Amino acid sequence: MTELARSRRGQGAAALTAPQRATRRRRTLVVLGVLTAVAVAAFLTVDVTGSWDYALQQRGRRLAAMAVVAVAVAVSTVLFQTVTNNRILTPEIMGFDRLFVLIQTVGVFVLGAATVTTTDPRLRFAIEVVVLIGFGAVLYRSLFGRTERDVYVLVLLGVVLGSTFTSLTLLVSRLIDPNEFLTLQDLLFASFNSVDRQMLALSAVLVALVTAGVWRLLPRLDVVALGRDTAIGLGVDHRRVVNQALLAVAVLVAVATALVGPITFLGLLVANLARQLLGTHRHAWVLPGAALLGLLALVGGQLVLEQVFGFNSSLSVVVNFVGGIVFIALLIRQPRQ
Amino acid sequence: MIEIESVSKSYGGVRVLDDVSLTIPTGGITSLIGANGAGKSTLLSVAARLLPADSGRVRVDGMDVATTPGPVLARRLAVLRQENAMSVRLTVRELVAFGRFPHSGGRLTPEDHRLVDEAMAWFELGPLADRHLDQLSGGQRQRAYVAMVMCQGTDHVLLDEPLNNLDMRHAVQMMRMLRGMADELGRTVVLVVHDVNVASCYSDRIVAMREGQLVAEGPTSELMTPELLRKVFDVEVEVHELAGRRIGVPWS
Repeated sequence: MTELARSRRGQGAAALTAPQRATRRRRTLVVLGVLTAVAVAAFLTVDVTGSWDYALQQRGRRLAAMAVVAVAVAVSTVLFQTVTNNRILTPEIMGFDRLFVLIQTVGVFVLGAATVTTTDPRLRFAIEVVVLIGFGAVLYRSLFGRTERDVYVLVLLGVVLGSTFTSLTLLVSRLIDPNEFLTLQDLLFASFNSVDRQMLALSAVLVALVTAGVWRLLPRLDVVALGRDTAIGLGVDHRRVVNQALLAVAVLVAVATALVGPITFLGLLVANLARQLLGTHRHAWVLPGAALLGLLALVGGQLVLEQVFGFNSSLSVVVNFVGGIVFIALLIRQPRQ
Repeated sequence: MIEIESVSKSYGGVRVLDDVSLTIPTGGITSLIGANGAGKSTLLSVAARLLPADSGRVRVDGMDVATTPGPVLARRLAVLRQENAMSVRLTVRELVAFGRFPHSGGRLTPEDHRLVDEAMAWFELGPLADRHLDQLSGGQRQRAYVAMVMCQGTDHVLLDEPLNNLDMRHAVQMMRMLRGMADELGRTVVLVVHDVNVASCYSDRIVAMREGQLVAEGPTSELMTPELLRKVFDVEVEVHELAGRRIGVPWS
């Protein structure tokens, strides 16, 4: 992804006509699909000792969780970047996921673990998502509103907001009764290895519903990506599309975070990689590409984790390491555009 | 026809548009001139419903721009702002094709493809069709944006400083193409222009603004006078007749 490679690719692409590009996009998506299928098969079958039924059931559940998270993270990141007209910021970088953690912590602190855990998870989830949407609305209006802001200022704000939320979470969790804190940890820092079945089903349904809703928006999102003025000029109700997209983002981020905890850089990694590999801005291509890449990254990362590091690390560390490097590369490249 | 009725707009206490009323007739090129900060771009943005007016209203062919559904208006009026930095990477063809969005909603028909090709040919973008915008020069990119706006197929085309970043050759080329859009295709073109001589040579009507208010409007020949230009720009301008055109010379 060096400058040289990029310009060379740019010139190579210049020679391609529109139908040639479409063929290449289709091929890229197929290759991605095959790679993901191979990784999934390996994940399900490598090193099975003892009962196959049991192993497949266990691994299948983890795989389902990864698929749900991959779709949620991919769609939420691409949408967020479209409505904010940038390729660097993601909901996670702007502190959305850590706010979600803070909401849960404060909830346990104020209401008590007993109340929180006995509340219907669907109701609990609904409340959390509403708060997150409120935050998203305030953040969007104040930061991305009318004037164009410097992307560096936004990155800085995201870092400050994120660490503020983390600090507040730490503060509140120290004030919590130790027993309640254990419950809280259970709520928060679930990983792919311990996903609750009921929660997984609920998340899968939510992600499917939101993604189906987003699908209707796709042509208009393609236009919104051109910027507010151009979108309005082309007759798109910009504010409405942005609001609907941010609503979807809030739900998806909440789902992904609730399922497996924060994986900050996964979205950034897959959204940008998908655009680069597919060479298009069209959401109908980028979204499936990003989701496949997400699943590939998660399943592949988990395989590496289990086979190479023998579980001595966590998946988010692996993904964040790679994603962090991509983030820095993008920041360095940004002024050229 | 664009009817602007007592439109006012303020930014943080500063009145940028002060009770502006104006009717832009159908056909021809109308140029908005005025010093920096006179409110030309704001007026254009309000007319194109990119900015809401604080008071007053704008009607395009009788439709109020504030209340007409976006897609309906986008088939009557197209607009191009000055800054068009995009975070997405598009080819020229992809950009121009977006002009058909109000008509086909993202699914291009064969007719749309034909119109896209036509718009690219009109602005001599054919050989650049499959190049990415970031691989083009400023002038080529500007032509691509204007081609998109033309491809929208609207009766009214509003352009905010379409000559920005263009050298002399490309500025003349652009103005000739816009002239052609008005004369051959019968579009109503409204421009914000910095250079009074461009306005004088290429437009049918001039609208002069100063400090958020309308100073004068009318046929170009009537408005290109030293008195009016002094009033608008606060600088002495001699006006000379050269090859049948009125040219303002401010360096006297």
